Amino acid sequence: MAIECLVLGAGQEVGKSCVIISIHGKRIMFDCGMHMGYSDHRRYPDFSLISQSGDFNAAVSCIIITHFHLDHIGALPYFTEVCGYTGPIYMTYPTKALAPLMLEDYRKVMVGRGEEQQFTHENILDCMKKVTAVDLKQNVQVDKDLQIRAYYAGHVLGAAMFYACVEGSGIVYTGDYNMTPDRHLGAAQIDRLQLDLLITESTYATTIRDSKYAREREFLKAVHKCVANGGKVLIPTFALGRAQELCILLDDYWERMNLKVPIYFSAGLTIQANLYYKVLINWTSQKVKDTYATRNAFDFKNVHSFDRSLLDAPGPCVLFATPGMISGGFSLEVFKHWAPCESNLITLPGYCVAGTVGHKLMSGKPTKVDLDKDTQIDVRCQIHQLSFSPHTDAKGIMDLVKFLSPKHVVLVHGEKPKMDLLKAKIKSELGIDCCDPANTETVSFSSTRFEISDASNAFIRSSLTPNFKFPKDEITDMPSLHVHDERVSEGILTRVDGKKLKVIHQDEVVTMVGGVKTEVEFCYCFGLKLCNLKSIRVFDSDDDGLIGALNLKLSDEFGDLGLRVCLEKGRLEVNSFRVWICKNDECPHRIDGDWCSEHVFFCCNWSVLDNKKETTVFCWPIKYRELVTLFPSHLWKFQDGGDVNGDNRAVTQATAGSRRITIRRRWKADYARSSSWPCFGTAWSV
Amino acid sequence: MKFTSLGQGGGYNLPACHMLKLSGFHILLDCPLDLSALTIFSPISCTSLYDEEEEMVDLISLEPYYKTVEGVQLWNVSLIDVVLISSPMGMLGLPFLTRTKGFSAKIYATEATTRLSEFMMKDLVAMHMEFKQRYGPHKNSFFEFFNWEKLESLPPSLKDILLGKDSTQLGSWMPLYSAGDVKECLQKVESVVYAQETCYNGSLIIKAFSSGLEIGACNWSLKSPKRNISYISRSIFTSGVAMDFDLHALIGTDVLIYSDFSNSENGSNQELEGDDDDDDLLLDCENERCEEMEKLKFICLCCMDSVKSGGSVLIPSGRLSIVLQLLELLALHLDSSDLKVPIFIISSVAEELLAYTCIIPEWLCKDRQDKMYSGKPVFDYEELIKEKKIHVFPTLDSRELLMMWQEPCIVICPHWSLRLGPAVHLLKRWHSDPNSLLVLEEGVDTDLALLPFKPLSMKVLECSFTSGIKLEKVPQLLKMLQPKQILVPDYAKPFLEPLSNSLPCLFYTESEPLCLPKSKNLCELHISSNVASKLKNKEMRMSRLKGQLYVEHGKHYLVEGKKAKGLEIGPLVHWGKVDLESLLVGLEKIGVKGSNECGSNVVNVVDPGKGLIELKETSVVISVGDESLALLISNLVHSLLNGI
Repeated sequence: MAIECLVLGAGQEVGKSCVIISIHGKRIMFDCGMHMGYSDHRRYPDFSLISQSGDFNAAVSCIIITHFHLDHIGALPYFTEVCGYTGPIYMTYPTKALAPLMLEDYRKVMVGRGEEQQFTHENILDCMKKVTAVDLKQNVQVDKDLQIRAYYAGHVLGAAMFYACVEGSGIVYTGDYNMTPDRHLGAAQIDRLQLDLLITESTYATTIRDSKYAREREFLKAVHKCVANGGKVLIPTFALGRAQELCILLDDYWERMNLKVPIYFSAGLTIQANLYYKVLINWTSQKVKDTYATRNAFDFKNVHSFDRSLLDAPGPCVLFATPGMISGGFSLEVFKHWAPCESNLITLPGYCVAGTVGHKLMSGKPTKVDLDKDTQIDVRCQIHQLSFSPHTDAKGIMDLVKFLSPKHVVLVHGEKPKMDLLKAKIKSELGIDCCDPANTETVSFSSTRFEISDASNAFIRSSLTPNFKFPKDEITDMPSLHVHDERVSEGILTRVDGKKLKVIHQDEVVTMVGGVKTEVEFCYCFGLKLCNLKSIRVFDSDDDGLIGALNLKLSDEFGDLGLRVCLEKGRLEVNSFRVWICKNDECPHRIDGDWCSEHVFFCCNWSVLDNKKETTVFCWPIKYRELVTLFPSHLWKFQDGGDVNGDNRAVTQATAGSRRITIRRRWKADYARSSSWPCFGTAWSV
Repeated sequence: MKFTSLGQGGGYNLPACHMLKLSGFHILLDCPLDLSALTIFSPISCTSLYDEEEEMVDLISLEPYYKTVEGVQLWNVSLIDVVLISSPMGMLGLPFLTRTKGFSAKIYATEATTRLSEFMMKDLVAMHMEFKQRYGPHKNSFFEFFNWEKLESLPPSLKDILLGKDSTQLGSWMPLYSAGDVKECLQKVESVVYAQETCYNGSLIIKAFSSGLEIGACNWSLKSPKRNISYISRSIFTSGVAMDFDLHALIGTDVLIYSDFSNSENGSNQELEGDDDDDDLLLDCENERCEEMEKLKFICLCCMDSVKSGGSVLIPSGRLSIVLQLLELLALHLDSSDLKVPIFIISSVAEELLAYTCIIPEWLCKDRQDKMYSGKPVFDYEELIKEKKIHVFPTLDSRELLMMWQEPCIVICPHWSLRLGPAVHLLKRWHSDPNSLLVLEEGVDTDLALLPFKPLSMKVLECSFTSGIKLEKVPQLLKMLQPKQILVPDYAKPFLEPLSNSLPCLFYTESEPLCLPKSKNLCELHISSNVASKLKNKEMRMSRLKGQLYVEHGKHYLVEGKKAKGLEIGPLVHWGKVDLESLLVGLEKIGVKGSNECGSNVVNVVDPGKGLIELKETSVVISVGDESLALLISNLVHSLLNGI
């Protein structure tokens, strides 16, 4: 299964954000924005690409809106009321509260410009009724398989990044976000998630921004200087977000400097927006939040609403006027009145779209601005630019991508050349696959998918049992301080009734299939002439003594490998391997060789499992030194051989007369690969 | 799973308290304080009303101690792993726990619950302080004061409260915590929002869902790998303030712990209609809400009457949602009857509390949220305070309050069982005024509570508000939630037992552990697709699986292990039987000569080496001298057996 990402807007550009993601049969629309730069069909995303038939309810599982900016929500009323989508829509509480203001404002501007309105006031209200508000970190189960969750994004009040998860495959769509806290909002925050895909904005794909405090100080100084000289300050801004942030800044400064110059908000709109900000203060930064009990930070003391009659009133003042960019409306009217006077100041916070008066003021220092054919305004006032932008910078984007470490990254909401640079950087520095599809382009990614099965208790228990290993250091031959706990879960996957999967422990298989377990064993019995061995003579009459001596030696050796040697009822046991002294003269497993009464017989058996199991080592590593004690050298002649089979094993042969014992030793590194025949006691007579 | 009810609670102010052991974790559900027990202490400001001796007989004249849930005190706190707090009242006893040495549990509560109980605890500490400051330290502390004779000489009503029904609860009395304890306690609380998923210890998923009782109050859903549990505390379907009871999130769990039986005394003899669907249930709730509004309106009317006749009104209440609604209604009624009577809210935390309720629209009911969306304040009192119709003061002796004090007036203040805070002083002032009115919530032992203020000539209006789901709706609700098992308190037995064939109920008794048998559910395992690649084949019935198992966020995952080992392992488990015939045929095929003595189950191998194969009941023994021959034979044997 794959994740498909269809970019309907904000692909290699800024404006009309809209991305459709399909995961495992669910389709989620992230944002539904409009483009401010167009007034024809290009202003909305091309919804026909979602569904040819126009049955959007079947084609889209849900819509998620990240914040209330028009380039993220502008097309929503059109999509729901005109295109007829009636499915679920999610956004945060503040977005739901503030979005209608933005939409209504935009609609009025459209009507004011004499354009045909795309949706009515009622459309906006009806659309908002369909919206489900969500809280940060609240888990929303859209349907059985689809789950979404919002995280703080810090871009504007209520801005959120959204996480969506279908059947174990997770994605995050960031919307616009800010990784550094500002005057009134906190920094973006997200959990470390397992992600297949991250779709991030990249407005400032290459810019690294410095601290904002210097710019804030500069702004305050400029404003203070102007009002101190009796000038008027015009700050054209949009109703929500920047206005509140600058206002907090000014209000605070006014308090500290004990200034009495009035601060005005132009339309009723902004005052009303402040009410929302007051109620939703929990969505701001901690510092601002803490003011709720004493004095709500959005309860501006020095702010009054502006009356048109004050336009030409004498005396200094500061005025926030909508819309931003001086693109028309009231801010333009004020501009006409105030621009010609030298003592006045116009502060332009943020980005201005080409074609607006704001853009003209920002590019160079014009002395005259043409409004239309007939009107020309002399600009003698001061112009102050303020580059406050609540978008993350390149470092923030990189930090987020690194923090989340998704399998794939998609860049949207940026400018193509800069995005290319960032894309290359993400690929080279973080080694994460990254692309920046253009509008209407679709990209596909593989997705994580989990098969769901039941697991038997025995399987879970066996997997959770610690499997400690204390490996010896290769060089010093001393146990190192590392403890290995490598738990490889081995089980058996079965399909019950051809449908439901179940994982069981291997011990349960036989019961499940209803058969009888059959062991396959090897047996071998051989003799050793020990009566000649002086060192063993001490306990020669005593079989237990012989086994005991063997036990000591082997425990010594196997202790290192983490295998336990047990001595029980005269038998030595290591895993399934058992060896004992055979008293049965007619032992059926005494296959070959000519034995005489001087031989002491050892019988051994072991399961086929230990013969095959790769992790069990049955090449018993007996050291040369020990061989000498077991088979004293004055009786046995030793000969070390090299690679007999070309597989790294050292062979030591001990010969005493016609009797020869071959001891194959393997090097430590070799143990793991061994699928060996047990070497101990394989004494071949030649 | 083991469940022990430590206290079944009583009324809004004393939520139930339970201990739950789930997949090895001890989970404490709520940690309340029995505030009604405060009534055994004498509010010393009353001394002037009586002669010293007379007063001593009635009530205990000591600095108040506080009664916690006995069962919690008996528990070794260091064993508790998780504490879940369902409502602001459920947190009042928590500082006693958190200040105990060895306490290390993780505490979960909703953000709003944490803040609201912070306000309550702060107020309680402040009022207790005021009590101490006003009357000085007592010579005797609580336990020095009591000896057996004194205990024996107490009137039975006091003795019952002091010692409990079975005379064992003296140990649950504690001196109040300090402001520092409260702060420390709150720092340990992990705040969540509704429906937020938090994970304890990687395996227990905990979620809170609104219960409707109070702002921030919640029910819990616990998900362990093998069992889903939901815990229903006191809940209200639709409330005028808090977010509605979110019951859909609790549908279909393995075990439902139901601890909300608000009005168990009535209704048990009512006939039940079993077949109602949930539409009816919710419709009923709407009626319930209307009834609630009627009650509030009635209270307002009574207040108006008494104000008109020149008497003042005292409304001591700790129920935030009721107070908030009353405020709005009272202001409306005052307006409509054109009365210029001030409403005073007197509490050390009132100002902060009211400000807080204005900034949490996310926790409020739909109507309030809609108000917010339409740009209106969520509660009217913001405006009313600005219009100087409502006045908020921290204490009775605030200078501004004294300056503008006028009677008649309406005072709203915290309840504290009428033993602490402004309520005491105001009762003292008004108790003999027949025109004045006291609005009390039913449930507390009113006689005892009002004892120090007797003779009482002021009117007393006792009212009861919904603080849970009505008993007759419980079966319907339980059916809707479709749990596999229900735990209900034993006092609901006569009511629910007749329904036991449709409702799988188990009844729990206070302080008697109830063990549930181990869940038969199997763990759900998420196998990453590269490990489970063999599954693509639908025909496949069985295959080996190897990988790394880990548990994250309550889910078991099996993913590809780090080391990919080259060697393919052969079958490890064999079943079936090797029969002699096919073995001999097989041996011949691989070029091994062997013979079988008739009647025996042994094959003697002669060529290419000597050997022996013995077929036993449950095993096959191969005994060959040569390694390669042994492998050859064992491979043959494998092919004759079923194996994996």
